[in-house]
Amino acid sequence: MTAITADRLLTRVRDLLAAHPPATTPRTDFLRARYDAGLAWVHYPEGLGGLGAPRSLQAAVDAELEAAGAPDNDPRRIGIGLGMAAPTILAYGTEEQKHRFLRPLWVGEEVWCQLFSEPGAGSDLAALGTRAVRESGSGDWIVDGQKVWTSSAHTARWAILIARTDPALPKHQGITYFLCDMHAPGVEVRPLRQITGEAEFNEVFLTGVRIPDSHRLGAVGQGWAVARTTLMNERVSIGGMRIPREGGMIAPVATAWRERPELRTHALHQRLLELWVEAEVARLTGERLRQQLAAGQPGPEGSGMKLTFARLNQEISGLEVELLGEEGLLYDDWTMRRPEGVDFTGREAGYRYLRAKGNSIEGGTSEILLNIVAERVLGLPPEPRDDKDLAWKDLSR
Amino acid sequence: MTAPTTPVAPAAPTDLLHSGTEEELRAAVRALLTDRCDAKTVLARIETGRPHDPALWHTLAAGIGAAGLLVPEKLGGQGASHREAAVVLEELGRSVAPVPYLTSAVLATEILLGCDTPEAAPLLRELASGSTVCVPAVPLTLAPGAPLPAPVREGGAGLLSGTVTSVADAVAADVLLVLADTGLYAVPAASARLTPQVPLDLTRPLATVTLEAAAGTRLADPGTARAAVAGALLSGAGLLASEQLGLAEWCLAETVGHVRGRHQFNRPVGSFQALKHRLARLWLDVAGARAAARAAADALATAAPDAPLTVAVAQAYCSGVAVRAAEECVQLHGGIGMTWEHPAHLYLKRAKADSLALGTASHHRGLVADFAELPAP
Repeated sequence: MTAITADRLLTRVRDLLAAHPPATTPRTDFLRARYDAGLAWVHYPEGLGGLGAPRSLQAAVDAELEAAGAPDNDPRRIGIGLGMAAPTILAYGTEEQKHRFLRPLWVGEEVWCQLFSEPGAGSDLAALGTRAVRESGSGDWIVDGQKVWTSSAHTARWAILIARTDPALPKHQGITYFLCDMHAPGVEVRPLRQITGEAEFNEVFLTGVRIPDSHRLGAVGQGWAVARTTLMNERVSIGGMRIPREGGMIAPVATAWRERPELRTHALHQRLLELWVEAEVARLTGERLRQQLAAGQPGPEGSGMKLTFARLNQEISGLEVELLGEEGLLYDDWTMRRPEGVDFTGREAGYRYLRAKGNSIEGGTSEILLNIVAERVLGLPPEPRDDKDLAWKDLSR
Repeated sequence: MTAPTTPVAPAAPTDLLHSGTEEELRAAVRALLTDRCDAKTVLARIETGRPHDPALWHTLAAGIGAAGLLVPEKLGGQGASHREAAVVLEELGRSVAPVPYLTSAVLATEILLGCDTPEAAPLLRELASGSTVCVPAVPLTLAPGAPLPAPVREGGAGLLSGTVTSVADAVAADVLLVLADTGLYAVPAASARLTPQVPLDLTRPLATVTLEAAAGTRLADPGTARAAVAGALLSGAGLLASEQLGLAEWCLAETVGHVRGRHQFNRPVGSFQALKHRLARLWLDVAGARAAARAAADALATAAPDAPLTVAVAQAYCSGVAVRAAEECVQLHGGIGMTWEHPAHLYLKRAKADSLALGTASHHRGLVADFAELPAP
């Protein structure tokens, strides 16, 4: 097979634009046509929204389409589907599953959520206790349990779900991975109100939920290996954003400092400058990582960017509340909202301060990520542990 | 999101990677230092009271051509840039090498390049060839953006008098660059009185330089001289970040190696989460220092308009990382880290001294405040 060049891709982009002018084509129709042209994610196989091209060529396609005013597929709203469900389905799904799920997922007609974390299984995800029992006769799976921290569960059509199918095995075994219909009877979604007053996330209660065996992803009992694919892709999608100098959380506090001299004190000045420098260094580190990736020499810095930004966001927003003095005592609005995405800089300092507390927990706690850096980057040995070979049912909880 | 304000917006994209040529230079310098400047050798040298290693300097400066990296080819140099000089400093920091690279090949060279006078050219040629060591007779703590001191007076006929303290590498110098009230002068080191001081960092010796009607060759007028010194201090501070990076990298790697092999409580101590998290955080800091130091070197190499800010950021950040890396190295080596035989102390002393050299982190944060328009109350 000849390699697909950027030029050939751009020709396809122009053909797509000619056949479906963005100005007159309905959004969803355009996105479907783009998928069918193999320009959705060019590194995916032909017939599944791609052309088997190098992933690095996607940026040129996106830029060309953006310049032509074509609609994008709003990756912020459908991030879990794009970032986590899709690569997992691609890697482990049957042909039937790939063709059924990937196109509406990419187009955004079907939103996905992730039913992984449980009240008793967060960082120790493999300890999960949601049960899936196979019904003799129908071969369907009956699922009972509770999930938590589920973004988009209230808008999602489908979920990726891991459940325990054999409690007698050690915890990393006996897990099976499913695609769960969020409209199925027994699926109950409740908003989970958080520290900021709003509800970005949900609790999901699963009571006798029936999942046909054709919606199992991967082999029975092999769910942990499948879930690792999902989790690896989750980490890839965090921390890759490009920000300008003095972008991100440092921007509002620097602006307040400049515009409101009455708030300034010497002690706050020192802290502001320290954090300004650290934010600039974090920006440069992210930029260096991007340059390494572009040069085909990926470095391990990616594992660390989320840790750095979590700490910086918390320190900077804490400083900002303090800088504001009496105003820092106030909060903008405690109404329970259901935001579609997180907008850190669109709200006030108090919100930023509280929301940033989640940055060191969501997507892997800072403590777990430090372990990962220590073990995978620095090669330090793991702590001894005695839970790996015990049957799940015999673990303390 | 608030739009970035114009004073802090970076002018041009920054190349934060190391090029293939730079990696070749690194390999050459590292091979030399591995061979001739291992920890044992450095320890033995500092005991003699003459820490500088002239033979090592000669090979580095003339053999590899490192001394002339910043000097244009028409003046006998390599016509390279601050990016390459930064790579040399990373390696010198990694082995706390007792050679006058920062003082002669960076600071003095940059001053002479900044003078751009016919009188400076012959001396630059000598510096580029590595045959002459020349250091600026200013305190090592002198920082970019700080007022330049003026303790030396010209009493007529180019005869200079005055005293300057804490002059780094003066005892290894053939020529001193003296900033006097009437301009910049080249003074043979032999015609100055050098009184060695007892330095915290034994690998970068300090001396008090006393001039008593010493004869000097005038290289530049006072305005040119002061601008040249100010420019050299900026370059020096920016490139010192690379020395600090190399030093921190050594400390981290050495410490990781130690805790992997050292067993206590029937486990490698590196398997304890308390230590793993400390080292992971240190690794994050070092990754930041690498980006910051590269940004500074690149900004200097490309004469970027925001180079002063980028240098200030690098110094404000890398000083602390190097000190922390060296302190963690001593602590996590346990009792071994406190001994004279283990080289950790050389790194701690160099790191702490470097954190004062060419401006403290606090001084550089003050510069960041100016450049980023975040004024003090």
